[in-house]
Amino acid sequence: MNNIKIGVLALQGAIREHTQHIEALGATGVAVKWPRDLSEVAGLIIPGGESTTIGKLMVEYGFTEAIRDFNAAGKPIYGTCAGMILLAKKITEGNQPLLSLMNIEARRNAFGRQRESFEADLDIKDIGLFKAIFIRAPWIETVGESVETMAEFGNIKVMARQGSLLASAFHPELTGDLRVHKYFLDMIKEA
Amino acid sequence: MIETGTLRVKTGLAEMLKGGVIMDVTDAEQAKIAEDAGAVAVMALERVPADIRAAGGVARMADPTKIEEIINAVTIPVMAKARIGHFVEAQILEALGVDYIDESEVLTPADEEHHINKWDFKVPFVCGCRDLGEALRRISEGAAMIRTKGEPGTGNIVEAVRHMRSVNGGIAWLKGLRDDELFAVAKELQAPYELVKWVHDNGRLPVVNFSAGGVATPADAALMMQLGADGVFVGSGIFKSEEEYVAKRAKAIVQATTHYGDPELLARVSKDLGEPMVGIEISQIPQAEMMQERGW
Repeated sequence: MNNIKIGVLALQGAIREHTQHIEALGATGVAVKWPRDLSEVAGLIIPGGESTTIGKLMVEYGFTEAIRDFNAAGKPIYGTCAGMILLAKKITEGNQPLLSLMNIEARRNAFGRQRESFEADLDIKDIGLFKAIFIRAPWIETVGESVETMAEFGNIKVMARQGSLLASAFHPELTGDLRVHKYFLDMIKEA
Repeated sequence: MIETGTLRVKTGLAEMLKGGVIMDVTDAEQAKIAEDAGAVAVMALERVPADIRAAGGVARMADPTKIEEIINAVTIPVMAKARIGHFVEAQILEALGVDYIDESEVLTPADEEHHINKWDFKVPFVCGCRDLGEALRRISEGAAMIRTKGEPGTGNIVEAVRHMRSVNGGIAWLKGLRDDELFAVAKELQAPYELVKWVHDNGRLPVVNFSAGGVATPADAALMMQLGADGVFVGSGIFKSEEEYVAKRAKAIVQATTHYGDPELLARVSKDLGEPMVGIEISQIPQAEMMQERGW
């Protein structure tokens, strides 16, 4: 169990930061550039970035089906920000490619533009107090069946889990705090 | 407690743009084309650099009406340019809700000594540079993202290459120095010692560094990525190319930026893109019209 390989979808966005967190936990980070790269990893992180850009490239390179198969095989996936949007079953507005795996509805740019981007302390279930960084962040408008809300900002849902799927509207990879990634690593170990 | 406009929030947005293409657009229609092609952000302008170069005169911040039109047309981040040192143009752009301000040498400088004190703003700034010292000076003024300058509006990649090599060569050199040499180096680079030390210890800039100024083809974009750029700005290169193929070229440049190390993919996406923008040989540009010389 020592050398667990975790993939980071490497189409666009904060790939380096997630990889550094994975490596800091003693696992190996793998840049997933093509669907074939998924065969060598035990879990996948879909990073923050521009969800429209990542979504289009995902379709272009045949990732949509490949990631759905990866999920169907019980392998854990964690999406941050844009990654959370891509995991969602649907979004409140607009029309863009989604994986539609997780039983949540996401609202893009829900908190506003960049000037409204912020840092705040969250209390995350099973993890505790966490400094969360929200950047032009989405939120979870509604959660469906078998989805557990893990963190709320006020009464807005910003982190959730559904079985082997984990999603956060904020960016733990931009802090030095490894606990959310550790939580995801444990999900992989238990899978 | 909620904090907005923190350094992590400012640099964080730039981190999210990495591996992406930021495209110059002059109206809502172009902004939609850029978004559909997979741009990670658009730069709202009245004229692209090639047209600014052709028009001459004083180039200023774009009309707020134009910027709002573009903000309302897309869901991706919108950047806009302020003149070097023109902190009131920057205040206006912040008030408009622009996501990033480019304090840019493409516009006519408003101040020949002082850049904007970017720490005064909640909105993040990107600034141009030609070498490591210039990059660190801008970061010390509060820039949360850097781009190498190149020579805007030329469709000629040579200056972009020169500046990227210069910054990354500077970092490699700095990394190899002894700790006791950094004090004199800080003086030489005209940059704060703390930033010089940080780059020495970490082997990179503390913020993201994109390439700008001269990208016209997918191969140009991939070249800059292979030389170590975190992403690419494309100014005139898209909308000054053959009109029928604009969307296809934009999409090809996005793909080339993602898969910059894959020559087979680059060959495939480089096919049938029509005529690129007409380029300008750098030696044909009078010294006074070199945009990269603006700022220090």
